[in-house]
Amino acid sequence: MSDVLFIEGGRVIDPAGGVDGVRTVVIRDGKVAEVAERVERPRDARVLDARNRWVTPGFVDLHVHLREPGQEYKETVATGARAAVAGGFTAVCAMPNTKPVNDCAAVTELVLARAAAAGLARVYPVGAISKGSGGEELAEYGELKASGCVALSDDGRPVMSSALMRRALEYARAFGLPLTVHEEDLHLVGKGVMHEGAAATRLGLKGIPSQAEDVMVLRDIALVELTGGRLHVAHVSTAGAVRAIREAKRRGLPVTGEVTPHHLALTDDDVAASGYSTDFKMNPPLRSADDVRACREGLADGTLDAIATDHAPHSAVEKDVEFDAAANGIVGLETAFSVCLGLVREGALTERRLVEALTAGPARVFGLPAGTLARGAAADVAVLDAAAEWTLDPARLQSKGRNTPWKGRRLAGRCTHTIVGGRIVHEEGKADR
Amino acid sequence: MIGRHKHCIALEDFSREEILEVIDLAVSMKEVLQRPIKKVPSLRGKMVVNLFFEASTRTRSSFETAAKILSADALNWTSSSSSVTKGETLVDTAKNLEAMRPDVLVIRHSAGGAPRLVAEHVGCSVVSAGDGAHEHPSQGLLDCFTLREKLGTLEGKTVAIVGDVSHSRVARSDLHAFPKLGAKVRLCGPPTMMPAGVERLGATVHTDLREAVDGADAVIMLRIQHERIGDPLIPGTREYSKVWGLNAKKAADWLKPSCVILHPGPINRGVELSPEVADGPRSVILDQVQNGVAVRMAILYLLAGGAGEEARA
Ligand SMILES: [Zn+2]
Ligand SMILES: [Zn+2]
Repeated sequence: MSDVLFIEGGRVIDPAGGVDGVRTVVIRDGKVAEVAERVERPRDARVLDARNRWVTPGFVDLHVHLREPGQEYKETVATGARAAVAGGFTAVCAMPNTKPVNDCAAVTELVLARAAAAGLARVYPVGAISKGSGGEELAEYGELKASGCVALSDDGRPVMSSALMRRALEYARAFGLPLTVHEEDLHLVGKGVMHEGAAATRLGLKGIPSQAEDVMVLRDIALVELTGGRLHVAHVSTAGAVRAIREAKRRGLPVTGEVTPHHLALTDDDVAASGYSTDFKMNPPLRSADDVRACREGLADGTLDAIATDHAPHSAVEKDVEFDAAANGIVGLETAFSVCLGLVREGALTERRLVEALTAGPARVFGLPAGTLARGAAADVAVLDAAAEWTLDPARLQSKGRNTPWKGRRLAGRCTHTIVGGRIVHEEGKADR
Repeated sequence: MIGRHKHCIALEDFSREEILEVIDLAVSMKEVLQRPIKKVPSLRGKMVVNLFFEASTRTRSSFETAAKILSADALNWTSSSSSVTKGETLVDTAKNLEAMRPDVLVIRHSAGGAPRLVAEHVGCSVVSAGDGAHEHPSQGLLDCFTLREKLGTLEGKTVAIVGDVSHSRVARSDLHAFPKLGAKVRLCGPPTMMPAGVERLGATVHTDLREAVDGADAVIMLRIQHERIGDPLIPGTREYSKVWGLNAKKAADWLKPSCVILHPGPINRGVELSPEVADGPRSVILDQVQNGVAVRMAILYLLAGGAGEEARA
């Protein structure tokens, strides 16, 4: 069989290359050979008919939880990678809060080996900021970098010690690694389980004020000024955080941010409307309508660089319990494009900005060789049917997680083909059980 | 069935008519309580299981008494919430109890939403006896009943609820029920005990006690629950009683003569209420206790009695 693949007739949207129009994408030896309006096709080339489809760089997710090692009953690197390509993601960054925490080469290498064996999405491990993510001692960034980590994070918890955060930002500079930080002041969070506001009051649940996030973002921006380290704010959820990042960027500080589809699409009123459904429990919590508006604006104007899913699979053991006791997080890889396309339809986002925030934007944040269809780039491609309508049946998800607030909901748009390194690794209908 | 409801979980979901259905029936249930022989056969052969994850002798005895007067078998099952950490989940526990085929499961739990979660997993009717800081619907209904009994109607009346509103499930239920019966609600307490956005539920919020009780037809003094306050919300009970407590002098000077005083109990004497006020002529606290049994009889009857039976058939 030829190793030449022609993706023909689709609308190619590649914000990194400034392309938006009907083109043919030619893939040879796993790389993008050409993107052009008319290309002569050799007789033995394979053809992917992409008429009425979008053809974009494969999506890049800066924030996923693959649960391996340690909690394989929730997800494995392989099932997570399968979910990724089903959602159009060709590269995902795996957070280190596994069991054990990814704070050393052994764990990083295990994740990379599992990802290579799966042969689906590319998996980029993120190493821990502190040993065991315990918040006390720096992890060995040199070893983490050498074994393949692309960033550092204690995600799942904040770095509460300002002194440790200072040293982490300083020390990481030596290795050019950005810190991707989970921002919440645990003292302000207390026993809170959802956003503090009228919805929490109605439900009688303890609230978490937006300021629990704001104060930490402001602190860390101040520490960036002190240290010159690279700060990436994970799952931004508040108007105050968006404002702080916008201001930091204006002052030229190396600060970036990401936002999840659920924080762009849902509010705390949805938690109340769900009647305590733990599929609406996540951290940071779903915020107020004002916060959602600010996040949408921040994404539209580039204050927020990327859409990241914070894909967090859990089993029924963690979710089919009281709201107070339930684990935080929802699965997101297979719904991200649809949920965000919904925002485009509402006029909150342009099509180009949507694709950029899923491709070139995140690739730039961690300096990943991805997010573009430029000649010579790895042939990581998503083919999307933006006109599709479908109903989310959790049983058909590729992820082991079933925890999603979009259960049974009608969604717009879906990924029909995903190509990694020139190989079709997802074809709609083919992987369905 | 209470109106459209198979369960009694939150007064937020109840209409005016559904609230009135319970308290109208509670009037005749209260007559049963006045009889020399307090026993009727209405729920003979029915089983009510009291599932209490949080200690509450008062509420549990009230439900138990109500069930026994109606000739139902009442079974008490007490557990600490920590059984969850021992591996058995709330859903497991509820399903195990359901295997005994109860007609009504009365549940008290420290987590908001727990009764709703149980209701999703069992076939019998579920009555919330208080969930976290969410609601305590039978208490809300007995407050409605008591106020109607004492004031004639709630239409056009003003009720002040004073104290730790943020932790109070009683306040939540009252707040949903009173306006449906035509009353205005004022909330009062230290700002640290006032939940965010509570105005959106239709009450006015006050920090000044005098202003809150001025012209009110009823005042509900909430219990200051030291055991449930994790954060430093007030400097101490000494200052609290001075600023937000009701003593005889304040009651005489600030309350209108017909104003009645309620309290969900048990009272911290000398904190939210001085003993003279708690035992004084305005106090209807003991009526509340008796009305509580009557209201719970009405709830159990409606859910497990004739109407409930038809619904299950
Ligand atoms: Zn996080
Ligand atoms: Zn995360």
